[in-house]
Amino acid sequence: MNTDNNKVHMDIAHLKLLFKKMLRIRRFEEKCAELYTQEKIRGFLHLYIGEEAVAVGVMQALSTNDAVFATYREHGHALARGLSMNKVMAEMFGKVTGSSRGRGGSMHIFDVEKRFYGGNAIVAGALPLAVGLALANKMQKKQDVVVCFFGEGAVAEGEFHESLNLAQLWQLPILFVCENNGYAMGTALAISESEQHIFRKAQSYGLKAQAVDGMNVVEVESAATQYCISIKNGDGPCLLECNTYRFRGHSMFDTQLYRESEEIEEWKSKGPIIKLRRWLEANGKLDPAELKTIEDQVEDEINQSVEFAQSSEVENVSDLCFGVYAESKN
Amino acid sequence: MNDQSITYREALKTAISEAMRSDERVFLMGEDVGNYGGCYAVSKGLSDEFGADRVIDTPLSESGFVGAGIGAAMGGMRPIVEVMTVNFSLLALDQIVNNAATLRHMSGNQIGIPLVIRMATGAGKQLAAQHSHSLENWYAHVPGIKVLVPSTVADARYMLAMALADPDPVILFEHVMLYNESAAIPAPKDCPDMHQAVVRKSGNDISLITYGGSLSKTLEAAKELDSHGISAEVIDLRCLRPLDTHTLYQSVEKTHRVLVVDEGWRTGSLAAEICALIAEDCFWSLDAPPSRICSKEVPIPYPQHLERAATPQVAQVVEAAMKLLNREVPA
Ligand SMILES: Cc1ncc(C[n+]2csc(CCOP(=O)(O)OP(=O)(O)O)c2C)c(N)n1
Repeated sequence: MNTDNNKVHMDIAHLKLLFKKMLRIRRFEEKCAELYTQEKIRGFLHLYIGEEAVAVGVMQALSTNDAVFATYREHGHALARGLSMNKVMAEMFGKVTGSSRGRGGSMHIFDVEKRFYGGNAIVAGALPLAVGLALANKMQKKQDVVVCFFGEGAVAEGEFHESLNLAQLWQLPILFVCENNGYAMGTALAISESEQHIFRKAQSYGLKAQAVDGMNVVEVESAATQYCISIKNGDGPCLLECNTYRFRGHSMFDTQLYRESEEIEEWKSKGPIIKLRRWLEANGKLDPAELKTIEDQVEDEINQSVEFAQSSEVENVSDLCFGVYAESKN
Repeated sequence: MNDQSITYREALKTAISEAMRSDERVFLMGEDVGNYGGCYAVSKGLSDEFGADRVIDTPLSESGFVGAGIGAAMGGMRPIVEVMTVNFSLLALDQIVNNAATLRHMSGNQIGIPLVIRMATGAGKQLAAQHSHSLENWYAHVPGIKVLVPSTVADARYMLAMALADPDPVILFEHVMLYNESAAIPAPKDCPDMHQAVVRKSGNDISLITYGGSLSKTLEAAKELDSHGISAEVIDLRCLRPLDTHTLYQSVEKTHRVLVVDEGWRTGSLAAEICALIAEDCFWSLDAPPSRICSKEVPIPYPQHLERAATPQVAQVVEAAMKLLNREVPA
């Protein structure tokens, strides 16, 4: 993709790349759900299924030095950011080869080499951290962008408002990405926010902000790219509201009493992967053989990651207190 | 289990609905208590009976809705505020410590806050370092609030009503590993006052003092100690603030040895406070130093084997008790 005149041009190869990236996350998480029922993955598991276009679209806009903060629903972001699938899967298994040595599990994937700063399971907990990293970038005269993902539920926390204000007040290089999937656990946006357009809240703090179709990966990528250019220009922070939907429960425990199955089915029919696949097929750009090749490649990588995680060791109990302070044993 | 047995979760729900039926001022609010049915399913079905006006789903605004609970209590209501877990209650710590705990005193006793805050606590479900901690002692440190820990189904059933009847703010901690426990419920008159510690098993050789999620582990340890010929007394604190020192001292004066089992971190723990109290007040009755088993000084890790290693376990309690009695620890 290139971005002359701030316009994003996409060719077919690029669209196929986006398709594959989203499919890779989808299949990875489907496998995780299966592994969860086999009790290989434990604790909480929050699937991103349905929302893949947001992480994939936004990550396309970033360079290697840009930093990413995400929530407990972050496997997709980790994969889209380029963390190795082996490390992510091993983390889900709690193995020492995992991205956080198995200490964090599914909710706390970190890889500082990839500038991937977690994996935060306190709702809105990462926003001030992202503001701080952006402050550090600004103080050190770095051009890098910090991106912070969070759900619309986080908008009700004080940290959201404090962070947006600080970011705008100090003109920090940060992109806030609100993944508006309509529900915070079982609480619908309509019963939790007086102003339901999240981007308007950001505008009230003076940020550049807009809402996009979070089911359309191209739209997400274009908007994120434009915002990143503006941020790198020194034009201050931005907020992108991506309207999306989670197809699965909040976590693996959710009985989903709070929504109708028709609603889920309707959203599924306009899901990000099926939408792009249909477009490619309708335009004769993706034939069954090529689709199968992509599916097979993705499946191979996932199987290998499971194999890697299964055969990895767990941390020794004698190292229990590793990493509490800098001087701990490594 | 007999036919009358109910789960800890059901006991809490029964207590909430009973309170709401008998007093119109009582209402429940918190994240996902209504449509979702509560993050640990405690309030499932309650919104059907009482409606969304009395079972209020709040946005994710812990500081806001806990503070609003304090204000509603000032205004004559009797709120039960549910915070999902103690880790998230830290977002409301300011309201609890700077307002709920202080208003009575600061106002020269003009204002009381008859508020109940419920929250889950503790490890055991592999939820890692932002969902598993036991911070009961942080609250027990603060004058002006009372801290209750129902560790049996019976207490889950009856403590809430006592907390609601109290004129001051009361926090109830529900250990996550207890929700599925079930037991038969005694008659209300058989439930001791909420301020009282209770001897769950009597014994003569050592006092094992504990609360919450560690009670069942401690009882198990006591059983094992029995098989080694050691008669351990197990005391369930039930109320962490104010502490029922009378019951503790009585036990220690009988057994002369004490071991506290506490899922909080060792440094600055409630166990430390109890050991200090006993050292100060029962020194001449002691045959061994007051001792404790606590969590290791590490954020709770995700993998099961490390989570177990980080938190108190039965074998450690048995071993520590044997040592205090100068008994050889079996291999
Ligand atoms: C401070 C805090 N309160 C409550 C929770 C429990 N919780 C975890 S996720 C969640 C819903 C968050 O919804 P949203 O921000 O919209 O993100 P989504 O899960 O939909 O991606 C809740 C209530 C938490 N983790 N942290």
